[in-house]
Amino acid sequence: MNHLDQLENKSIYIIREAYHDFKKLAMLWSIGKDSTSLLWLVKKAFFGIVPFPVIHIDTTFKFPEMYAFRDKYAKEWNLNLLVAKNEEAIKRGINYKTHDAFTCAHELKTVALQRTMAKHGFKALLLGIRRDEHGIRAKERYFSPRDQEFKWNYQNQPAELWNQYKSQADTKSHLRVHPLLHWTELDIWEYIKREDLPVNELYFARHGQRYRSLGCMPITKPMKSEADTVDKIIEELKNSKEAERSGRAMDKESIYTMQKLRSLGYM
Amino acid sequence: MEKDYLKFVIVGHVDHGKSTLIGRLLYDCGVVPEEKINEVKTVCESLGKKFEFCFLLDYLEEERQQNITIDTTQIFFNTEKRNYVIIDAPGHKEFLKNMITGSSLAEAAILIVDITEGIKEQTKRHAYLLSLLGVKQLIVAINKMDLAEYSQEKFKQLETELQSHLNKVGLKPNFVIPISATNGDNAANHSQRMNWYQGPTILAALDSFNASIGLSHLPLRLPVQDIYQGQPVGQIESGQIKVGQEILVLPEGLKSVVLEIKKWQNPELTSAVAGENISIKLDAKTQLQRGQVICPTENLPEISDNFKATVFVMSGSALKLNEKIFLKLTTEETEMTISKIHKIIDSSTLETISRADEIRETEVAEVEISADKKIVFDDFKNIAPLGRLVIIKNEDIAAGGIINLN
Repeated sequence: MNHLDQLENKSIYIIREAYHDFKKLAMLWSIGKDSTSLLWLVKKAFFGIVPFPVIHIDTTFKFPEMYAFRDKYAKEWNLNLLVAKNEEAIKRGINYKTHDAFTCAHELKTVALQRTMAKHGFKALLLGIRRDEHGIRAKERYFSPRDQEFKWNYQNQPAELWNQYKSQADTKSHLRVHPLLHWTELDIWEYIKREDLPVNELYFARHGQRYRSLGCMPITKPMKSEADTVDKIIEELKNSKEAERSGRAMDKESIYTMQKLRSLGYM
Repeated sequence: MEKDYLKFVIVGHVDHGKSTLIGRLLYDCGVVPEEKINEVKTVCESLGKKFEFCFLLDYLEEERQQNITIDTTQIFFNTEKRNYVIIDAPGHKEFLKNMITGSSLAEAAILIVDITEGIKEQTKRHAYLLSLLGVKQLIVAINKMDLAEYSQEKFKQLETELQSHLNKVGLKPNFVIPISATNGDNAANHSQRMNWYQGPTILAALDSFNASIGLSHLPLRLPVQDIYQGQPVGQIESGQIKVGQEILVLPEGLKSVVLEIKKWQNPELTSAVAGENISIKLDAKTQLQRGQVICPTENLPEISDNFKATVFVMSGSALKLNEKIFLKLTTEETEMTISKIHKIIDSSTLETISRADEIRETEVAEVEISADKKIVFDDFKNIAPLGRLVIIKNEDIAAGGIINLN
C-alpha cells in the first residue's frame, strides 16, 4: 500500500468504528476541501452511501460559491442535509461588522451546532479537522469527548492506544470523531487529485489570487497565487512556508483565540 | 520512488528538552513557517523570555506560561531522505497516559536525558514503557552538553550508567548522541564543539532507521469489525487474503471459502493485504458477528478465556482484583476480571511492590485475565496487533496490556 492508501484505510477504519459505536451519529460538512474529502471517505466506507445526516453550519456569511457547491453535491450524493443556523443570534444582529470574530464564531457556529445536536440527540459527530492545521488541533484525539456545555477538557484527554479509542459517551456528553487527524494539507490535495474529487472553485487562482482555507466571507482573505489547477496547487504547497490558515483572521485576533474557542466547543 | 514515512516519539524526564529538540530540528530543517516563528517571538517577548524552540509545539496557554508540555502533539516534517511524523510526549508523571498514547504508534524513539541532571524517575519509566510497547529502534540523546562544557568524560560516565539501566529493561540503543538542543549541536548539524564525537547527528541517525515493514508476511488475521448487508467488513491486521482461499472463522472454528473481496468501486478484488479495509463474501450461511477473527487453516492463533498478560495502568482509579471491567482486543469486546495478580512492578525503579489486590496508576503488573468468553489472540512477539489489549473501566481506557506466552 502506498502512503495515500494507508491514510485512507486508517480513516475508513475509524469511520466504521464510529458508526458501530454510535447509532446517533452525524457528520459536519463545512463545504471545504477537508470535509468534502471526509464525505468521500464515508462513501467509501459504506459502499457509496452516507448512512447518517450531514450538518452544514450556516452562519449566513459564507461565499455564494459555497452554497452552490453544497446544494449541488447534497443532491448528487443524495445526502440527508441538515442546515444549522442560529436564527435568534442573526435576528439580534450578530455580524462581523459590529462584533469580533470570537463572538461571531461562538454564536453563529458553536451555538448553532449545540441546538442542532440537542434537537436530534446526536451522540457523536464526525469532523474533518487535521493535526497540521493548527498547533491546538495537533493535540487532538481521534475520539474526543465534549461535555454537556460542549467543553473540551484538553488538560485531561482519554488515552488512545494502537487502534483502540474511546467508544462510549455518557448520556450528557458527546464525542467528536476526527478521521482525518493524520492527514496533511498536501495529502488532501494529492488525494483530491487521485480520486478526482470535486472541490470548490474558490480554491483555484483567479486574477492572481486564491483561497487556501474557506471560512466566513468577511474574515477570510485570499492569498497571492497563480495555482489554477490541482497540480499547480500541489506544486505550490510543496514550496510554501506560509501557514494554511494565514488567511483566517479569526485565528489571529489573539494568540490563544483558537484554544479558547475550541475549549468552548468550536471545531 | 515515493519517500517513506517514519513515526518517532521523543520521551524522557520533564525539562530534559524534548520539545526543544523537536523545535530545533524543525527550525534547522527550515520547515517552520515565518509566521509561526514570529508568533513565538512575540509570545516569548511578552513573557520576558528568550526564544523558546519548544513553543513551536507547546501551543496551549498553560504550556507556555508554565514551560511544560501537557499533551502529546504530532508534527510533520520531511528531509531529503524521507517524511517524518514526530510525536512529542509530555514528561510529567501525571501525564503518563498522554506519553503512552503518543508512544503506542511510534516505530522509533528518542530518549532524551539532561547531562546536568542524569537519569531521573521518568527517564527510567519511559524506557521501560518503550520496551513494553515493543519499540526496537532507539536513539539516546544526551542533552544540554553546553552546560557540561561539552565534556567527553561526563558524557561517557552518563552513557555507561544509562546503558546499564536500559539493559535491565531489555532495550539496546542504536545510538547515544551528545547534543545541545538549544544551541543546535548534533541535532540536524554536526557540532564543532565536540570533535571527540564521531557518530551521526540525531537527524542522520533517524534517517538510518527503517520505516514500518508492514505485516503482510505474517499469517492472516482479519477481525470482523461489522456486518454490512449480511457481509463482514474489517481491517486485515496481518497477512493476506485471496479469493478461493479456505479460511476458519474463530473462535467457533467454522470452515469456509472466500468467494469475493470487495471495496467500493472495486467489487472484484482477487486479494488484499495487511492494512486494507475490505468486505468479503464467504461460502457459508452462518451469521458472522463483530469480534470474530478470520484466519487461515494453519498457523492458528490462541483461543482461550483465561490467559496471562503484562498490563500498565494509566487511570487514576486503580484496577482491583476480581472487579468487573471490560477487555478490548482488536474488535472483540467482553467483560473480564483480573483473577490473579502475580507481580506488581514500579515502572521507574523496577522494584516489586508487595501488594496483590490492586494495581495503581503508572504501575506495571503481570496478571491473569479471565474473560467472559473465549477470545482469539496471539503472542505479541509473533503478531503484535493480536497480542495487545486495552482494559476499559468507567467508560475509559484505563490500562494497556501485552500478551506474552511463556
